Amino acid sequence: MTTVALRRDNLLALTRDYGVYAALVVLVIINLIITPNFLAADNLRTQAVQVVPVLIVALGMALVIGTEGIDLSVGSVMAVSAAILPLYLGYGAFPAILLCLLAGAVAGLLSGTLVAVVGVQPIVATLALLVGGRGLALVISDGQLKDIFNPTILALGDGSVAGIPYTVLVAVVLVALVALLVGKTTFGRQLVAIGGNRRAAEFAALPVKRVLLVVYVLSGLLAAIAGILGTARLTASDPSKLGELIELSAITAVVVGGTPLSGGRVRVIGTVGGALLMQLITATLIKNDVPVSVSQMVQAAIIVAAVLLQRRAAR
Amino acid sequence: MTMTESFVDTSAATGARPSRGATLAALAQRHGALVVLVILLVAGGIAFDTFLTFYNLGNLAVQASFLAVVTLGMTLVIVSGGIDLSVGSVYALAGVLAAYASQWGLVPALLLPLAVSAVIGLAQGVLIGRFGMAPFIVTLGGLLFARGLLQFITDEGASTYLMPGDSPVRWLGSGKVLGIGVPVLIVVLLFLVGGFVLQRTRYGMRLFALGGNEDSSALMGIPVVRTKVLTYVLSGLGAGLAGILAAAQLGSGVTVVGVGLELNAIAAVVIGGTVLTGGRGGVTGTLAGVALLYVIQDLINQSGSVNANMQQVVSGGVLIVVVVVQTVLSRVRRGQSR
Repeated sequence: MTTVALRRDNLLALTRDYGVYAALVVLVIINLIITPNFLAADNLRTQAVQVVPVLIVALGMALVIGTEGIDLSVGSVMAVSAAILPLYLGYGAFPAILLCLLAGAVAGLLSGTLVAVVGVQPIVATLALLVGGRGLALVISDGQLKDIFNPTILALGDGSVAGIPYTVLVAVVLVALVALLVGKTTFGRQLVAIGGNRRAAEFAALPVKRVLLVVYVLSGLLAAIAGILGTARLTASDPSKLGELIELSAITAVVVGGTPLSGGRVRVIGTVGGALLMQLITATLIKNDVPVSVSQMVQAAIIVAAVLLQRRAAR
Repeated sequence: MTMTESFVDTSAATGARPSRGATLAALAQRHGALVVLVILLVAGGIAFDTFLTFYNLGNLAVQASFLAVVTLGMTLVIVSGGIDLSVGSVYALAGVLAAYASQWGLVPALLLPLAVSAVIGLAQGVLIGRFGMAPFIVTLGGLLFARGLLQFITDEGASTYLMPGDSPVRWLGSGKVLGIGVPVLIVVLLFLVGGFVLQRTRYGMRLFALGGNEDSSALMGIPVVRTKVLTYVLSGLGAGLAGILAAAQLGSGVTVVGVGLELNAIAAVVIGGTVLTGGRGGVTGTLAGVALLYVIQDLINQSGSVNANMQQVVSGGVLIVVVVVQTVLSRVRRGQSR
């Protein structure tokens, strides 16, 4: 009896940890059979480029969720970053990009302070920033869509090296950095410890407030980067639409990738898998003429199933 | 920590009165939104001639009534310690269903959307209550599902269903009784019932217990699963009814409405003094929170010189101030006495 139960538990845990990769493999095989030109370089490139903003935002989200938090403000931070970019392109691309990053860091610092120092619940603190941030982005840009003509930004948006778009390269570098941060540094271990049991982490004299602050700042920075890349790809700054509802896609990618909402675990590569999986599901359904509405309902089912699986495995 | 806890215990045992600071803190937390609302109303009345008129406030009340209906259910959910992100999508879905069913008359136009909303709430409640899943994720799924279903029945948003101009449903949205909009009257009625249910019924008591400490309430024999399921059904029904009223006012089911409505609803509930961790709150504060959001918006519109986009910035700012003050106040309450 017990061995059977144990085996079942192991199976559940395996599914939780590696289910996202298995699902990806299955989906790729299905696509090889039913979707024409699936392996064409063009198609793969399109899929990769489309997933970049969600993926980058999801990296920060994974860190935040690892601390048992959540960051709803990411979409609005993207919009603020997009709104700031064209204003300072006159000084050159790099000063403008730096200012965008600074804005993202400040937004993260604000939500981090509310969460870590004041003790506001993450969902409320970042909700306030979601509402206020989008408004701020619209105030900064006067609600206008602005075309971008700066050659550096435009190159960032559609240039490539050896067939790999710059935006994808940026995403790959960021994934590697975040994976190293979580897996190989003291900071990463402290982060996971805080998410697992904040009281215990406090008693163990971990710098809880500082770690939380840094985590939210990183999430803000990553969102700002996503905002810059999204703007570059669009060749226009669109603060009213850019990043809308991206927080939900990012949370989905993180959770489907095996990071539990209850914190204490961060799976960076799993998050990449989660983002790719959701992107591929949507793309597969759309390429095979399944309406967007159905693909949305399928996404809903997958989110719920993934979490149900996690619940089961945790028991 | 131990010091304060033992202090709380003795004060409770000896029946000592809570300190004045703590009482004030509790009062401010409960009625803060109302106080700010009154101040803004007075200030607005002094600053703008067209603000404190029956016409303007009546319009404002009708606009606010849809969000108010949504927040009633959201208050119950949040008091129970949960959250419902699906309300915006359910709101839009119910509006479209009401417009679609209005061709068959008043009763189908009400029953079809309400039934669908209740079923969505039921499914979410079962997943949350019975299977112990996180409300955030389940209702996030609900958000996507309901929006998907909505797109599906409207041919990907291409078809818009209109309500016949003579349909009795439309009276629910745009009718007036004694000069007051019907949606406003419905809100008043619902909040009276909601307040009674929350404060005076067994279900309401259970909700507070559940939000306060789920494990203890389970040990006390409170039917946790049933209470949770009922709560999400009620939230679904609230969102559905709000969608029906909004569609009735517009005369059609618009597919793009309700995006982000859940966030406004949560903001209003939190501003109204209901704590997101559950176990504490009330419907009066929620109503004040909704009114506050709309009064701020109207004041910004009235002033004209301020950029209309500032409204979101101000709302976000107000939310931050309110939650910071609430957090500090509840620390004062916990720290000194209870």
